[in-house]
Amino acid sequence: MTEQTNYLDMDLLRFTTAGSVDDGKSTLIGRLFHDTKAIFEDQLEAIEKSSKQRGDKNINLALLTDGLRAEREQGITIDVAYRYFATPKRKFIIADTPGHIQYTRNMVTGASTANLALILVDARNGVVEQTRRHTFIADLLGIKHVAVCINKMDLVDYSEDAYEKVLRQYTDFASRLENVTDLTFIPISALKGDNVVDRSESMPWYKGPPLLYHLENVYVGSDSNHVDSRFPVQWVIRPHSDEHHDFRGFSGRVSGGVFKTGDEVTILPSGFSTKISKILKGEKEIEEAFHPLSVTMLLEDEIDVSRGDMIVKPNNQPKISQDLDAFICWFSGTKKLTKGSKFIFRHTTKEAQVIVSEIRHKVDVNSLRKQEDAECFDMNDIGRISLRVSQPVFHDTYRRNRNTGSFILVDPFTNETLAAGMLR
Amino acid sequence: MHNYNLTHLEQLESEAIFILRETAAQFERPGLLFSGGKDSIVMAHLAAKAFSPAKIPFPFVHVDTGHNFPETIAFRDQFVKDYGVNLIIGLVQDSIDQGTAVEESGPNASRNALQSVTLLETIEKEGFDACLGGGRRDEEKARAKERFFSHRDAFGQWDPKNQRPELWNLFNGRKAPGENFRIFPLSNWTEMDVWQYAKIENIELPNLYFSHSREVVDRNGSLLAVSEFVSPRENESPIEEVVRFRTIGDATCTGAVKSNASSIEEVINEVAASRVTERGSRADDRRSEAAMEDRKKQGYF
Ligand SMILES: Nc1nc2c(ncn2[C@@H]2O[C@H](COP(=O)(O)OP(=O)(O)OP(=O)(O)O)[C@@H](O)[C@H]2O)c(=O)[nH]1
Ligand SMILES: [Mg+2]
Repeated sequence: MTEQTNYLDMDLLRFTTAGSVDDGKSTLIGRLFHDTKAIFEDQLEAIEKSSKQRGDKNINLALLTDGLRAEREQGITIDVAYRYFATPKRKFIIADTPGHIQYTRNMVTGASTANLALILVDARNGVVEQTRRHTFIADLLGIKHVAVCINKMDLVDYSEDAYEKVLRQYTDFASRLENVTDLTFIPISALKGDNVVDRSESMPWYKGPPLLYHLENVYVGSDSNHVDSRFPVQWVIRPHSDEHHDFRGFSGRVSGGVFKTGDEVTILPSGFSTKISKILKGEKEIEEAFHPLSVTMLLEDEIDVSRGDMIVKPNNQPKISQDLDAFICWFSGTKKLTKGSKFIFRHTTKEAQVIVSEIRHKVDVNSLRKQEDAECFDMNDIGRISLRVSQPVFHDTYRRNRNTGSFILVDPFTNETLAAGMLR
Repeated sequence: MHNYNLTHLEQLESEAIFILRETAAQFERPGLLFSGGKDSIVMAHLAAKAFSPAKIPFPFVHVDTGHNFPETIAFRDQFVKDYGVNLIIGLVQDSIDQGTAVEESGPNASRNALQSVTLLETIEKEGFDACLGGGRRDEEKARAKERFFSHRDAFGQWDPKNQRPELWNLFNGRKAPGENFRIFPLSNWTEMDVWQYAKIENIELPNLYFSHSREVVDRNGSLLAVSEFVSPRENESPIEEVVRFRTIGDATCTGAVKSNASSIEEVINEVAASRVTERGSRADDRRSEAAMEDRKKQGYF
């Protein structure tokens, strides 16, 4: 039975792959599964069969995650694949993302929920523009842990010089980042399996651990904020039954901090204060709720509260403003963002209208220099803008709280998601 | 000082409840696709929690091929009664009778693919703008690519090359009239997670999931239960086996596995040791390499 208690207590690491097209991301994930025996027999059989049919020399492990027809046709990843696996040490949720520049939006999707990024670099080509773009995005998204896998070492004779060269190139670029605090380098061959699960015999000069060991042991503190109490109201529960005639519960997911029964709280935007009379998790009463629990709160006084409102503590309130300063990643290939553009703004459980009041600058992902004279954002542009929202937004900086500091911009005509934003 | 860590099952539970509430909030008329399988049972259980003490604020929808295990239907009816929700049934037979779906012929004929037609007709007839499904990303390689909020165009089609980016916990459920969404609250759950959760929550599951003795035929490597819908062919001889089902779907294509696991604990041990995926026993996924993707593009669950 100890095995099962372990399963329930197991610590969870969410990581994403990143890096340029063809640098070996999907092959690496396939290798990780293969060498930990996490591929099921029927999956392996299917992959072997299609590798053979495609005329691949070796079994093509990228086919484990490249599951769409169009991906298999072209041998590239188009959209994120989510994969799950567990070792006795940890449980992992993996997002294998595309390197192709056209699908950068899907890389951002995969990285937005990750705590660690595996950045792959082809040892032959070194750091290229897409490596820098993905690294910069990972940093913007607040990912603190980056493991740089210098891949295809088999194609450079497992040479330490080749490894050192890429390491220096990358370190040089990474020194300009803001959030990444933990940077690790591992020379690997995803194709042959060197330093993925097992230590490579071809690179005795490398003294560090193989990748899996690193993933199992890297200390990743919780990214939850347990200080600033934030509860965006998602849904109001009113049973309309005789038994629960007067029941009015406010449901949502705690986005930061801790709420306890009896705590004094303030409702935004009304500003009214009351106390929490009860906290429910499902049908069970609990004493306290913290991020990322989904709960229902009952309040002592009858106050008007609805979706989009926020329950906070009177002595620790978020910023409240209609004018916002943000970094954005622009996704759309058909629409551009310019000064005066209007969008739908989605933040916590709130939806509002928004207008771009200013473009401050774009960032050149190669040099990380600001381009102050930018007039519009095109596909994959990253930079800083000012926004004016149709109603006050209760927010924190993204650095302080990912949940109350992030938003998306939606096209009011096509309903497409156009951009991801991080508040400053 | 307190430990503010959640186990990964608690994290998955909170995530699923968040998605269920988001669905209720963003859509006018959602429905919960209820097949009577373990994933939809767990999803229904989570829906009950999400809105407690109120009733689940949307109906259940069963797309019924007519080729069910009798146990499934009995379980479904009892379940719906216990939870006090409305059940809407879309009959594949009706689509066939209307001529909108054509029964497959040939030795491997199944009504599984026809479910898409009936589902889309039910969506249109009932005016659903979102359907909650129990699909999990670990089930199949095309599902591994799907978003929580999966957009469908006016023809019910999924466009896997052009999915909306889905960032953080911000879900964009906006759509044009006639379009709708499939929503998967259990996206990040694995088969093991579902069983572990069923265990700690004491969720009752149909006894088809536990080992029992049954007459089966071995067809292309799948052990199909002999029933009024599956009868042995000339070269096949039915055998009595001790089996259980890892997934429950249409009786004509859901294979059983040999198993002695008769309790949740034993099933968990079996799942932990299993070397094949749960869909490995489903003939519908084995038809071609992209079978699932193709069905999904046409509006399958
Ligand atoms: N020789 C050698 N080839 C490799 C290695 N890793 C990957 N490859 C090959 O590089 C090609 C691209 O690999 P993928 O894993 O598809 O690359 P990717 O980074 O996932 O590409 P995208 O997802 O499209 O960005 C395939 O032909 C792989 O077999 C390696 O370590 N050594
Ligand atoms: Mg790939």
